[in-house]
Amino acid sequence: MFMHLAKPIYQTPDSQIENTSLEIINVSRRGFVGGATGLTFTLALAACAPKKSESKSKSEAPLPDHSTVESGPLVLISIAADGRTQITNPRSEMGQQVITAVAQMIADELDVEWDKLVIEQAVGDSKYGDQNTDGSTSIRNHINRFRMAGALMRHMLTQAAANEWGVDISECSSKLGTIEHSSGKILTYGDVAKAASKLDVPAEASVTLKRRDQWRYIGKDKPSFTIPDIIHGKGTFGIDVRVPDMVYAVIARPPTVFGKIKTLDDTAALAVPGVTKVMKLPDLQGEVAAFQPLGGVAVIATDTWAAIKGREALNVTWDAGSNANYDSDLYGQELRATARKPGEVKRNRGDVDSAMETAAKKVTADYYAPHLSQAPMEPPAATARWTGDKIECWACTQNPQAARTTVASLCGIPEENVTINVTLLGGGFGRKSKPDYVAEAALIAREVGAPVKVTWTREDDVRHGYFHSVSAQRMEAGLNEDGLPVAVLHRTVFPSINSTFGAADQGSDFELSLGATDSPWNVPNMRVEVGKAEAHIRIGWLRSVANVYHAFAQQSFAAELAHAAGKDQKDYLLDLIGPDREIDLSKDGVIYPNYGASIEEHPLDTARLKSVLDKAASMAKWGRDVPKGHGLGISVHRSFLSYVATAIEVAVDSDGNITFPGVWVAVDAGTVVNPANTKVQMEGGTLYGLSNALYGEITAKDGAVVQGNFPAWRVMRLSEAPHNLEVHIMESDAPPGGVGEPGTPPAAPALANAIFAATGQRLRTLPLLGQKNRLTMAGEG
Amino acid sequence: MAITLKINGKKETVTAAEGTPLLWVLRDHLGLTGAKFGCGVAQCGACTVHVDGAPIRSCITPHEDVEGSEVTTIESANGKVASAIRAAWEELAVPQCGYCQAGQIMSAINLLETNASPSDEDIDSAMDGNICRCATYVRIRKAIMDAAKTL
Ligand code: FES
Ligand code: FES
Repeated sequence: MFMHLAKPIYQTPDSQIENTSLEIINVSRRGFVGGATGLTFTLALAACAPKKSESKSKSEAPLPDHSTVESGPLVLISIAADGRTQITNPRSEMGQQVITAVAQMIADELDVEWDKLVIEQAVGDSKYGDQNTDGSTSIRNHINRFRMAGALMRHMLTQAAANEWGVDISECSSKLGTIEHSSGKILTYGDVAKAASKLDVPAEASVTLKRRDQWRYIGKDKPSFTIPDIIHGKGTFGIDVRVPDMVYAVIARPPTVFGKIKTLDDTAALAVPGVTKVMKLPDLQGEVAAFQPLGGVAVIATDTWAAIKGREALNVTWDAGSNANYDSDLYGQELRATARKPGEVKRNRGDVDSAMETAAKKVTADYYAPHLSQAPMEPPAATARWTGDKIECWACTQNPQAARTTVASLCGIPEENVTINVTLLGGGFGRKSKPDYVAEAALIAREVGAPVKVTWTREDDVRHGYFHSVSAQRMEAGLNEDGLPVAVLHRTVFPSINSTFGAADQGSDFELSLGATDSPWNVPNMRVEVGKAEAHIRIGWLRSVANVYHAFAQQSFAAELAHAAGKDQKDYLLDLIGPDREIDLSKDGVIYPNYGASIEEHPLDTARLKSVLDKAASMAKWGRDVPKGHGLGISVHRSFLSYVATAIEVAVDSDGNITFPGVWVAVDAGTVVNPANTKVQMEGGTLYGLSNALYGEITAKDGAVVQGNFPAWRVMRLSEAPHNLEVHIMESDAPPGGVGEPGTPPAAPALANAIFAATGQRLRTLPLLGQKNRLTMAGEG
Repeated sequence: MAITLKINGKKETVTAAEGTPLLWVLRDHLGLTGAKFGCGVAQCGACTVHVDGAPIRSCITPHEDVEGSEVTTIESANGKVASAIRAAWEELAVPQCGYCQAGQIMSAINLLETNASPSDEDIDSAMDGNICRCATYVRIRKAIMDAAKTL
């Protein structure tokens, strides 16, 4: 009934480990070591530093919770005498099947049978290297060290067998969990595990990684470790954690960021059956919110419902504070006005202004995209338990190390006193990279003197999040006689995520590099500018981040230019991208983090961009006639080092209702570890993008977020999803790109372009079905 | 006030404040965390359980209202239809994060128990109350069709 996260959490059916302990502490090795089998060895491989280029560019990424990759992150693997192989997964599982991917990457080189694998979840600890599960990095930043760890371990097992036989290692080779000698003698990994654990870890140069054609697990559709539990209602999410004698808390937070309690009367709340305590939380300190809790009043009770009812009965008034006047409508108008004025130049090629003057035709467009909430299906939740001056937390966190440092610093204790257990995450989408809710649980548990679970209700999640940034963008182009642009201006204005962590009055170079300064268009004169925008609510990451609004403007505008030129969207887009080449953005003065990867390894490759575009077009049978009220739209975007094109056929009925006869996605993510799951991520990423594009809008009035629960915060439902959604993965042996996020950015512009094709209406304001758009059938608009 | 409920074939005596929704009794009092909290206002379906075989949103159902009824949660939803649904779910790798899936499966079981060969429209209307933020919808549709075929 209770959590025991440190024990192996996932095991394949054939590798049952007799773990009967239900205690919370230190069960990890008991079932494993103490079972019938006895011997085990645990190898902490610290030798596998990431490649230099990665760590260099990683440290350039300006966003504060991208922890710098240190040298020598641990990869923990244990082998029991009976061959069961336990992998400690350092990344957070939120449905992207990272557990499976990590197992594939390690087990491939280790050369061990799949059904011998057992997964243990790592706690948050910098010894594991970068654990922040965001930016679609789990494979692209870690594949080499995971493979190397498996290879080094295999080498040590082989060496141990050679020693046992008194032969040279060159006469021995591994074969799926066994070591064979050329004479035919065989030892199992389990036989030699203990001896191998006493050997020194060899130098990386002493092992050769497998060739691609030798891969057994990488590139194969290995099944999920979590699904067999999920379908039986098993698997522990953050909100499911139970520890003995726990109590339950919900929090009334100030409606505005930096708001404070003015008056509090808790008499009625304390009279609610089950409510045991009401306490004030510390106000936000300093100038920026960062990962701090928002403050407010916690209601503690014997169950979650009593806490919710207690909160309803609170009599609390607030000082709204410095953000009292935030009105997202007025603010949006300001952003739009700013986008019409010159900003700071972040990319410049040629001379846009003089080229514009001589252009045969000028096209301009203003785009707007509102704040969004990540709204993972599982709202934030965390449990904390103090024992003396030590604390143990359980949380659905994408970023357990940030949770650890935040709890330590807010509680004034050393990091070593903080244990962060990572549960399954019921979705994350960037929300759970911020550990404010873990700190809430820690602070409340200390005051209460009992273990506490803090649950966020849906209203809490939607109102008190770290919101996707609102943005206004201005696009201008001068076209020549052939309708191709001689000059393009892209001006983008949005409050930066950096404002959550420090002084920032405009979008950062990092955010601009997500779809604005990295434009792949082959235009002789090009300028990208950023305008000023202060933040008045907490701004944070959301699946694919600034790519969402930048791709929307850029790829909508491409179709607008095609229309102005009287050309086909897809053909025109191919022309805009131009010849096959690797784009050097530094020539145009761009600071380009390239998602933390080296540009040599991951160039901005227009050939790959064009080939996914061609592929999506052919999947959609581009150019065919469609019925009246239908339209085809297309877009293509590179993000997180992967290239994705999306084609959409939309049908708009006479009431302006939208359905999707078909959606086609082509992805080039370089080397793919799990193709089946890559398709799933493309489906999920695409529909996440479509949901936001159609319905997503967070607004604020008097400093407070207006929306609360579904359906005021509207998300896509099953009847609104396409019936036909096809994904094609391009064959590639390029280094891996990201997979969790790149499906999202092209969805919105492909849809807007399809709607234009269907109705003749060009929608430049998101959400497409929001109040500011009134969609009608062709001819009526 | 203590009342006795029949949950997954077992009698359970619970003491919760009057009006406490079944969801929190299951999760906080009985440790049955399979049914999830997603909205608390009957909008998302994550909390779906069966009461006398019919799906209900446990987040808005006062626990005393199900006294004398048979409550079944994902943890012990069994039988031919449940097995077929689970097999199709696993085969098509429907769940992503999995958080909504207990609710999805409970709704899908009821659909196939009452309608052995549902149309697209039947699936839309039976499943529209179950939100999935990972957007597993396309596979849910297909898995229900596949499960129906095996029955
Ligand atoms: S939690 Fe019951 S319907 Fe959402
Ligand atoms: S699988 Fe994640 S919410 Fe449905």
